[in-house]
Amino acid sequence: MPEKKLDLLQGTLDLMVLQTLAAMGPLHGYGIARRIEQASGDAVLLNQGTIYASLVRLQQRGWIAAEWGTSDNNRKAKFYSITRRGRKQLAEDAAYWQRLSGVMGRVLAMQSEGGER
Amino acid sequence: MTDSLRRALARLRAFFHKAPMDRELDEEMASHLALAIEENLRRGLTPEEASRQALARFGGVTQARERHRESRGLPVLDVLLQDLRYTFRTLRRDRGFAAVAVLILALGIGANVAVFSVVNTILLRPLPFRDPQRLVWMASNRGVGGLSYVTYTVGVYEAFQRHNRSFQEVTAYQPFFGSSEYLMTGRGEPRQYTAVMVAENFFPMLGIKPLLGRLFTPEECHKGGRPAAMLSEYLWRHQFGADPSIIGRSIDLNLRPTTIVGVLPASFDFGSVFSPGARLDLFVPAVMDDIRNWGNTLAMLGRLKPGVTLAQAQAEVDVLMPQLYAAHKSEWFFDYPTAMSLLKDHVSGKLRRSLIVLWSAVGLILLIVCVNLSNLLLARAAARGKEFAMRSALGAGRARIVQQLLTESLVLASGGALLGLGIAWGITAYLARQGSIALPLLSTVRVDGAALGWTLLVAVTAAVLFGLAPGIKVSGGNLQDVLKDGGHGMSTGRRHDRMRAVLVVSEVALACVLLVGAGLLLRSFLHVLDVDLGFQPERAAAIKVVYDDGGKIERRGPILQEMLRRVDAIPGIQAAGIVDMLPLDRNRSWEFHAKGRVYRPGDIGAAFVYITTPGYLRAIGMQLVEGRDFTWQDTSKSEPVVIINEAAARYHWPGQDPIGRLAQTGGRDMKVIGVIRNVHESSVESGSGIEMYLPATQWDPEGAELVVRTALPPDALASSVMHTLREYNPLQPAAEFRTIQSIVDHATSPRRFFAMLVAIFAGLGLVLAALGIYGVISYSVSRQTQEIGVRMALGASAGRVQLVVISSTLRLALAGVAVGTLVSFAAARSIAALLFDTQPGDPLTFAAMALLLSAVALLAGYLPARRASRIDPVVALRQN
Repeated sequence: MPEKKLDLLQGTLDLMVLQTLAAMGPLHGYGIARRIEQASGDAVLLNQGTIYASLVRLQQRGWIAAEWGTSDNNRKAKFYSITRRGRKQLAEDAAYWQRLSGVMGRVLAMQSEGGER
Repeated sequence: MTDSLRRALARLRAFFHKAPMDRELDEEMASHLALAIEENLRRGLTPEEASRQALARFGGVTQARERHRESRGLPVLDVLLQDLRYTFRTLRRDRGFAAVAVLILALGIGANVAVFSVVNTILLRPLPFRDPQRLVWMASNRGVGGLSYVTYTVGVYEAFQRHNRSFQEVTAYQPFFGSSEYLMTGRGEPRQYTAVMVAENFFPMLGIKPLLGRLFTPEECHKGGRPAAMLSEYLWRHQFGADPSIIGRSIDLNLRPTTIVGVLPASFDFGSVFSPGARLDLFVPAVMDDIRNWGNTLAMLGRLKPGVTLAQAQAEVDVLMPQLYAAHKSEWFFDYPTAMSLLKDHVSGKLRRSLIVLWSAVGLILLIVCVNLSNLLLARAAARGKEFAMRSALGAGRARIVQQLLTESLVLASGGALLGLGIAWGITAYLARQGSIALPLLSTVRVDGAALGWTLLVAVTAAVLFGLAPGIKVSGGNLQDVLKDGGHGMSTGRRHDRMRAVLVVSEVALACVLLVGAGLLLRSFLHVLDVDLGFQPERAAAIKVVYDDGGKIERRGPILQEMLRRVDAIPGIQAAGIVDMLPLDRNRSWEFHAKGRVYRPGDIGAAFVYITTPGYLRAIGMQLVEGRDFTWQDTSKSEPVVIINEAAARYHWPGQDPIGRLAQTGGRDMKVIGVIRNVHESSVESGSGIEMYLPATQWDPEGAELVVRTALPPDALASSVMHTLREYNPLQPAAEFRTIQSIVDHATSPRRFFAMLVAIFAGLGLVLAALGIYGVISYSVSRQTQEIGVRMALGASAGRVQLVVISSTLRLALAGVAVGTLVSFAAARSIAALLFDTQPGDPLTFAAMALLLSAVALLAGYLPARRASRIDPVVALRQN
């Protein structure tokens, strides 16, 4: 029986998008969705359509910019790229997530030590 | 921080650019799917499978678009706009309902805002002076008695001013306005003005700055100073054409050239604060040395030092006054026990209870309005049951439907509030011009910012109140029930009707409380009108007259006798006489006692004084019980005489005949020559005090009012009287011809004002309750058309059908009346203090109101009953 896919926590998708753009350079929406799926080893339950709500949110905050262009196979598509302020935000959020996941990891690794207290 | 601001702006931009953004998103999603399909094809899938998988991974184009819109724009506003559009569409379809609802709301909200404006002006808003919360009113004799009791001598004023430690400043004015009547001559026809004498620091202490010119200088306030006067803005505008060059110019006041030094701002209306219902427009300096021997003649007020409380000031004055009295025993009449109150409480404290009652009355009106609308909306919701069921079947959540209903009620309430504001504005504008109503500050009533805020609050509260019941009912209903229960209405829908019945019963109960309250207040008012005043106001009128006796008392008699002879000769005049103060208008008291009698401390040692000519008693309609009126033979050379009222006779000569006995005032003996029936001299509602009447040929009057009794309505004689007076004395000012009735009306105007307003509101409540009953009964008749049709087909007569409908109406009405009567008993007790000669449980009022309410309910039920009895069974049964 395959493992259940992960539901995305609120706000995590935005961070994934920022990281993808920071790592891969300008991409269109489909490209971003595919990269996230690949990077997560297809473990994330992602309706690709939801990426657009995230993209417009990030764009309104000024963390990413968008521009119409043409894809490798000559198709018109909107390309997104991370801005300077987006990178700053990414650094902050990434640090936060790492700290949080570290703490969560330690807390969840806690073993019962000789019965109840 | 800036990021969220940027986002908010972007959201706002997106809100206004929906179409282009949707278009762009559609293109983007199309290219997304195309890219996905291409990739799938490259992986070797069939075209169908490639596109199926692409769509599956994408997860719903519509949902993606919705989420995009939600995160980019203002979804709350979107929903609101959608609801608003929908609301306007449905209301347009149902214009009759919308118009009725808005009208009912407008009446309720309008009444509330108007009353709030009055309450705010009189009770809540601070007085229009600097730091008004530190202004304190001082009343001698603990505030008990006529004006002479509660005022101070110049000596007391100066001593208190010097020795007190609680007040930053103490000032005074001279409230016996009759002693400061000024004849203005040299500018058109002569006019007489009542001036207010104010102490030098009166305006500065209140923080009033002149609109033009300056305030009085110290020099002008001292004996022998240059005569100076200030004008109110009103007088300046109406008498001097708002001419700014008037400042520094001289006018003749009492034939003395007087310089106009300044104009007071329009925001300062002396009369509305210190003498409600009177216009006082001319101000002169109170020259203390001139009025030092006038006895109690100053009204005192002060400004507390910062940090000093009213209680501390009261404690100080309680100690200080006896000390000062001990030091001035020879000059002071008594120790001036002083009651202090905040000026605001002095001005409006007495009205607090009445205003709260008025406020409660409009609150009840608003409740009735809400119940009424709740009912209307319930009926509508029931009719729209299928629409809501359909919407919820299509996926609208319960919250969404309640929100829609609340939007509708908010739209109705806003419409009502707008119209209501218009009504309130009209009412306040009308009230502000009612100068004759003796309520303080009434001239400044207007719909202001606070009233707008109140309107908003009232409208929203009302909307939530009347929108909630249908909202809960609609959203609480079982979907299937509603879809099934449409129009059949044999026995279904009874449960819905119960809620409406409860609403109608509470509406009738509320109206009942209002009606009983209004009934009690009206009955009190009628009793006040019935009070035997001791004089006959009908067909009597008064006009201020002037004459020049050169200050010689022996010349006064012949002058007045000749004036009255001429007035008496005018056809239609039945009697004429002169007095210095009219009853219920102004008063003053002098020391008075029976000669030779020993009094105990605490006995009343003063009487109201009226200085009159022969004929006055007959002209105003006061009745001699025994003895005689003055004659022209009572002169300064003959024996001093006095006429007293029954109260004086009973108090000073108990069990004896006072005629021929000696009384004393100011060390002079006077023989009592007559006794008149008691006269209500200071108030219609309280009894009469001890009064004495003195001849103008033996004492100096304070001004002169010519009183005439006429065969015709007094107004018809105004011009011939004025003509005669002018002929006799060219300096006779163009004075107002006041009917005595108008003076009585003025005295009863606050009670009339409150009684009338409450009565109007009760009438409104009655109409609304009738509407509510009519709505419910006629709705249930139309629901039961088939049932009635069946009954009639089975042989029920039209009369029988009518009886059924009417009896169900009566059941509702009687239940409401029963509940309302119970509540009224409690409510009536709380207004007992406002009643006059009327018991709070007055059975007549209760019975009459219950009957009235039932009768109106019956009428409201009769119309649908008649309709029910005319139902044609064939038509009714075919409808199914």
